[in-house]
Amino acid sequence: MYPSDRQYTKEHEWVVVSGTTARVGITDYAQEQLGDVVFVELPEVGQAFEQGAQFGSIESVKAVSDLYCPMAGKVVDVNTALADRPETVNADPHGAWIIAIELSDPDQTTGLLDAAAYAELVS
Amino acid sequence: MVSFGGWEMPVQYSGITEEHLAVRRDAGLFDVSHMGEIEVAGGDSLAAVQRISTNDASRLAVGQAQYSALTTPEGTFVDDLLVYRLAEEHFLLVVNAATTAKDFAWITDGIRDIGDAVAVNTSSRYALIAVQGPRAVDIVQPLTDVDLASLGNYWFAAGEVAGVRATISRTGYTGEDGFEVFVAPQGAERLWTDLLSAGAPAGLLPAGLGARDTLRLEAAMRLSGQDIDETTSVLEAGLGWIVGWEKPDFVGRDVLVRQRTDGVKRKLVGFEVIERGIARHGYPVFVGEEQVGVVTSGTRTPFLEKAVGLAYVPSAASAPGTECAIEIRGRRVGARVVPLPFYKRPRG
Repeated sequence: MYPSDRQYTKEHEWVVVSGTTARVGITDYAQEQLGDVVFVELPEVGQAFEQGAQFGSIESVKAVSDLYCPMAGKVVDVNTALADRPETVNADPHGAWIIAIELSDPDQTTGLLDAAAYAELVS
Repeated sequence: MVSFGGWEMPVQYSGITEEHLAVRRDAGLFDVSHMGEIEVAGGDSLAAVQRISTNDASRLAVGQAQYSALTTPEGTFVDDLLVYRLAEEHFLLVVNAATTAKDFAWITDGIRDIGDAVAVNTSSRYALIAVQGPRAVDIVQPLTDVDLASLGNYWFAAGEVAGVRATISRTGYTGEDGFEVFVAPQGAERLWTDLLSAGAPAGLLPAGLGARDTLRLEAAMRLSGQDIDETTSVLEAGLGWIVGWEKPDFVGRDVLVRQRTDGVKRKLVGFEVIERGIARHGYPVFVGEEQVGVVTSGTRTPFLEKAVGLAYVPSAASAPGTECAIEIRGRRVGARVVPLPFYKRPRG
């Protein structure tokens, strides 16, 4: 259910680290709770965020949810395809990355959960 | 599931968007048993209903219903409701769940000095199941002895549906054709199950509170407690058409007549967000640099695929085409006043 190639936050984001960069998205549990996603508010490339800082928001028909950065870093890419197809987040939550960040410290994993711990959290 | 007016109700079954689209294209099935029912009966029941509601109930034939409002002496909303004329001297008032107790107290108090009229809160005697959508007639007709083709909008008839004694009303809260079926609570499960299986081949989906809200907003139907309440008048809400101006008296008449003559300072308008973003309940509305109001209802509607909403703005800024802005979490996003309703069903 929850891929073991990545880590998770208690706020239901996932982060896949690859070298000094990482991609961030929201979990299957999060999309299920949100329902039909209709809008993803993305940050600008170049913006820097501390761990736990809000970097954007995601809206379903029924609710708005803030997005928090799982690790500190600077945005190097945003998934602009989500502007036209926000429903991708529902269809493929663990594939639909939202931002890519250049990590300030790739070893900074305080507070992150592995797949088993996250699955336990949302069970 | 969410708590709603003391009821546990599903926000969605398969998904708000899918349910919403099913109602616009085929049909949806809603359990709206939470709605409150208050009956007014007696030789002076018409006078009682005329006193406490804005619309002219004397124009109702037996078997006909009308949209109306319970108003304060200031012409503001206690609640909105449907008034059904069950018999010459017997009315059924269908009110909102969260306000049923308040409405009942208000009505009882309002008709105290009217001779032969009694109000009874009969909410627990009714379950209410709604079938809404362009295929509603096709789905319900095979299950009932009532001739639906001859049942006009805002008319109702007694009969059987799925073998359950029922009152079928051609009304709804979605902007589509459809029916609301009143039954005794013990018949509700059978009615629901039979309608669902009969309608499934026609695309009928069960629909929850979420779709009910997006559907009614697309059709610009006001939500009591959110778009209309004790701080907003019937005329400010753009509902002058539910006021029986010829009636000599009803609660709030003096203020409403004065507002009709002098005009109102603010009006409920529809707006469409032009830039990227979704307006929600409570977000500030700006015209120029001035905050002029707040969003009362807002969402991105699944059928129109637009971010739309309702807000009270100064009458000077209420004309369609007026540019405004909605502050969405600290960021001002361009919007424009548009005519209501956002969605009107094609008439076949």
